[in-house]
Parts: sequence; structure tokens; C-alpha cells
Amino acid sequence: MNDVAPDKSIVFEDVSKFYGEVLGVNRVNLSIPPGITSLVGPNGSGKTTLMNLMTGLVEPTRGRISVLGLSPRQPEQLFRQVGYCTQYDSFPRGLTGYQFVYSYLRLFGCGHAKANELAVQAIDRVSLGEAAQRSIASYSKGMRQRIKLAQAICHNPAVLVLDEPLNGLDPLIRAETIALFRALAEQGLHLIISSHVLHEVDVISDEVVLLSNGYVVAEGEIRGVRDEIQEHPMQILIRCNKPGALASQVFLEDYVVEARLHRDGMGLLVKTRDADRFYLLLNRIAQNGIDIESVAPADDDVLSVYEYLIGTEEPAK
Amino acid sequence: MSLHKLPWALWRRQIVAVVRLELKKTLFARRGLWIYFLAFAPVLLYAARSFFLIKTGRRGNFGEDTQLFAGVFQFFYLRLAIFFGCVGIFMNLFRGEVLDKSLHYYFLAPMRREVLLVGKYLSGLLAAAVIFCCSTLLQLVALYWYFNSNVIQDYLSHGNGLANVAAYLGVTLLACIGYGSIFLAAGVVFRNPLVPTLIVLVWETISGVLPPLLQKCSVIFYLKSLCPVSVPASAGLHKESLLALIAVNANPASTVTGILGLLALSVTLLALSSLRRMEIEYGVE
Repeated sequence: MNDVAPDKSIVFEDVSKFYGEVLGVNRVNLSIPPGITSLVGPNGSGKTTLMNLMTGLVEPTRGRISVLGLSPRQPEQLFRQVGYCTQYDSFPRGLTGYQFVYSYLRLFGCGHAKANELAVQAIDRVSLGEAAQRSIASYSKGMRQRIKLAQAICHNPAVLVLDEPLNGLDPLIRAETIALFRALAEQGLHLIISSHVLHEVDVISDEVVLLSNGYVVAEGEIRGVRDEIQEHPMQILIRCNKPGALASQVFLEDYVVEARLHRDGMGLLVKTRDADRFYLLLNRIAQNGIDIESVAPADDDVLSVYEYLIGTEEPAK
Repeated sequence: MSLHKLPWALWRRQIVAVVRLELKKTLFARRGLWIYFLAFAPVLLYAARSFFLIKTGRRGNFGEDTQLFAGVFQFFYLRLAIFFGCVGIFMNLFRGEVLDKSLHYYFLAPMRREVLLVGKYLSGLLAAAVIFCCSTLLQLVALYWYFNSNVIQDYLSHGNGLANVAAYLGVTLLACIGYGSIFLAAGVVFRNPLVPTLIVLVWETISGVLPPLLQKCSVIFYLKSLCPVSVPASAGLHKESLLALIAVNANPASTVTGILGLLALSVTLLALSSLRRMEIEYGVE
């Protein structure tokens, strides 16, 4: 992917991971430079496995991985450089948001004052200051995502690995979070972001790695594929308090192909040709009295987008 | 790298951080309530007995009560209460977090896995020691409660009372150390806790009839050696009865050997369990 020195990039050399007889990823060769790189693929394509491999949460069955010249087998060195916002939506019992980040910093060996200072900073960066003293058990999905993000960035890592970080975020927080990612990338950080929807990450990514069934099927600059998917409709599920009112507003836009109420009556399924503009539209609507709880790509269509994206290309086995 | 160059201060801070996080979870977990019941059941029974004796005005025999305590301590408290209590506490230190899908929290910190293992073990040991040592002490108080304070004073200051109390507390602590290391290792290695629990339970039960060398590979061998009152004498067991075979050490270890043997066994088990490379694979649990 690039010619950056190995100690400044994340390198996978012929890496395979099998869970028993189940393939995680196979024969992955990658060199990820600084900047924002997105791992895109449908569920089960190997995105999380790649992230877990580069952070040492799982061991490769074969091959070698190096993160800024460090081995993932040495967590005591690796995690001083790496922050990982996992997809696991579970937390140690009984902790508040603040305690979650503070205790993590104490595990680094930080003293009380330093851990407190860094925890408060990180929580403020994800705009969760007011809820910091509440138990995580009472958090919404979006708040849980943000407190995990605070944990990942609290020690100012050089590499940030983010597994589906925008899942469950409402449009305003989503925009804030994307701005934060951009700011971090401008500081020279490596950001590895996974998503099963290219639309979600293409506006912020420098590079993209497309995965399918455990194989890397394409990699490179994102602009080339962006135009291609622009015209392909994508389905998005918006959970909100007034789906009917939302439908009437979004249907005025020419890039909205279809809008229909979700069968439980608490959401709206929208098909759009331009996800970027649609997300911007949602930002405006969210400020005008409709309480948007979550925005998420509807899975069925994600698969079709992905199929469209990678065409019928067979992975090199 | 020489020993003095190792980052001991960092490891100490990290271990303290793990213990702080774990101790609250271990001591106050709702799913651990049964451990308290197991630990404090003898206290309730002794207290009820003392209450009954006071109410009925009967007089007890201090020697008989001491033997009663020795029997209950060896047959119930060591072999069942502490044994299963340690299963509940130590096996959950890693396995419980895998079930809760929260183990990755620790694995994302810049901490050697051995340091995490020691931190978890110490938090479990602290919790087990607090629960079971408190129970041992309360059992003695509840058992001798109905005696005149002069009798107790005399036992503690002129007899071997204080030494016995200290010995029982020491044996309780060593039992937590020994069984704790076994079940922490089992929780790291096995997915199903029932299998190792049953294997260890059978091994510990039959160790009394095994050859002397194999007996030394069990925790109960050392614990029996360190108990201040031997059971068959106290319980009036026939020398060749099955219970006597289980309870008696034909060649008991000396106090020093008993303590060092148990500590060596525990350190070996912890070192072996730290060799296992743990992965986060919640999906297959």
C-alpha cells in the first residue's frame, strides 16, 4: 500500500487466523501508513479479526504482525502506543463512565492525579462530561460507544484502532466524532476504522481495505470507488420519536429514493442515493424538534452495496 | 535482564490497580452470595448450639467442644466450604470475565499478562482470606460463647488457646492460597469448571489412601499436617475406618515443610498458568 518505514506503519506479513476450522482471515499482506485507513466489508469478512490481531487480543495462526515496529505479543509496550475501541459492548460491572476510563489509566501505572487529569480530558473530548459520574449500565448505545472511544484515546496513543465506532451515534454526535477523527489524523496518528458501510467512512478515509470472507480483495485510495457507489441506493434505518414527520421532511429531497415506516412504528427506513448529503440533512432535522435516537445502515442493503462495490471479483485463494 | 532492572515499581502499581478493580467485584458480587452462606453456615450452627445450651442451662465440656471444632473444621470447612468457596471465587476471576465479555478491558492495557494474573490472584486471595478467616474466628467465638469468660480467659492466656486460634487462621489462609492457585489455573485452562472441580475434589478426597509421594501433591495433605488438633483422636474415629484413612496423615509434614510445600505448590501452579497465552474469543464461549 505504501513505502513508509516498517517502524512507522502497521505491517501484516502473510497473516492467517483460523478459529478451529473456521477462517478468520487468510494470507493477509498489508502495510498501513499514518492517516485514516478504513477496513470495509460485510459482517464476518474479517475486519474485527484483523483489528484483534494487530492488538494482540488474538494470535495469528500463521504470519507476522508489527505495529510501529512492536509485536502485538508485547502488550506492555504495544498499548502505550495503541488505543483500541472494540466492538464488544460490555464493561466491567458497576463502573461509572469516569471510573471506566480512570481505572484503565491506573492499569497503565498512572498515579491518581495523572489518571484523573487524562480521564477528564478524554471524557470531555467525546462530549460525555455531564454523564461521566453515571453508571455505564444506564448509558445509551451512543454513550457507551463514546466512553469506549474516551478509553481508547485517553493515553494519547499513536495508533487508534476503532471497530465500528460510529455505530449507534446520533447525527450530531456522529459529526462531532468524525471531526475528532479528522483532528487526530491531522496530528499524525494512525487511525484504523472498520465499517460494514463504505458510505460511513469514505468521507474521512485516506485509504481503504476491502475485505470479503477473510480475504483482502482490494486496497488503495478511496476516491476511486467513491464515485462508483454514489449512484447506488443505500438503505438507512433511523430510530426517532416522530418517524412520520421525519418521512415527510426527507422525502422532499431528490436523493431520497424511498422512505417507509419501520414495522414497529418507531423508525423510518430510508433509501438514498447520496448517504453523505442524507446524513447532513439528518443533522439539520435533529436540530428542528425531531428526537433522533440512532442512525444505522440496514443490514440487508449493506450486503448489496458491498456486493456492488466489489463486483463479482473472486478473492485470490 | 537482571532482577533489579525489572520495572518492579510499575508492576506493583499495576497489581494494586487490578486488586482495586477486582476486590469490590469479588466481595460484593450477587452471584457470590452462596459463598458467604457456605463460609458462615458453621457460625450459625455453633451460635444456635450455644444459644440452646444457654437456654437449657446445660454445661458444655471445653475439651469436647475443641474436638468438635477440629472435626467440623477438617471434614466440612476445609474440604467443602473453603474448597467450593475457592472454586467460586478464583475460577471466576478469568472465566467470569469471559462470560461477561469484559476481559478485553485488561488486555487493552500495557500490562504483562503475568502481572494481570498475579493481580487477579491477589484480589481473589484477599477476598477469600477476608471471608474465610472471619468465619473461622467467628466460629470459635460462637462455639465458646456459652462458656464463662474466666474459662475462655484461662484457655487463651494459660492454655494453648491463642496458638490454636492462630494455627486455625493460618491453615484457613493457606487453604485459600492453595485451592486459590489451583482454581485460578483451572479457570485459565478449562472452559468448563465442572471437570477440574470434580477431578480436584476426587484427588483431594482419596489423597489420604495414596502413596506418600502422591499425598504430597495434594493441598489437603499439608493442611491436615498443620491443623493443631488431629481428627481421629478428637472424633473418636476407629483407626482403620475409612474416615480415619481420609483424615489421618500417616507421615505428616512438619510445620515449616507444610507451609513451604503449599506455597511452592501454589507458585508452581501460578507460573504454569501464566504460560498459557490467553486470547479473546467470546464468540466460542
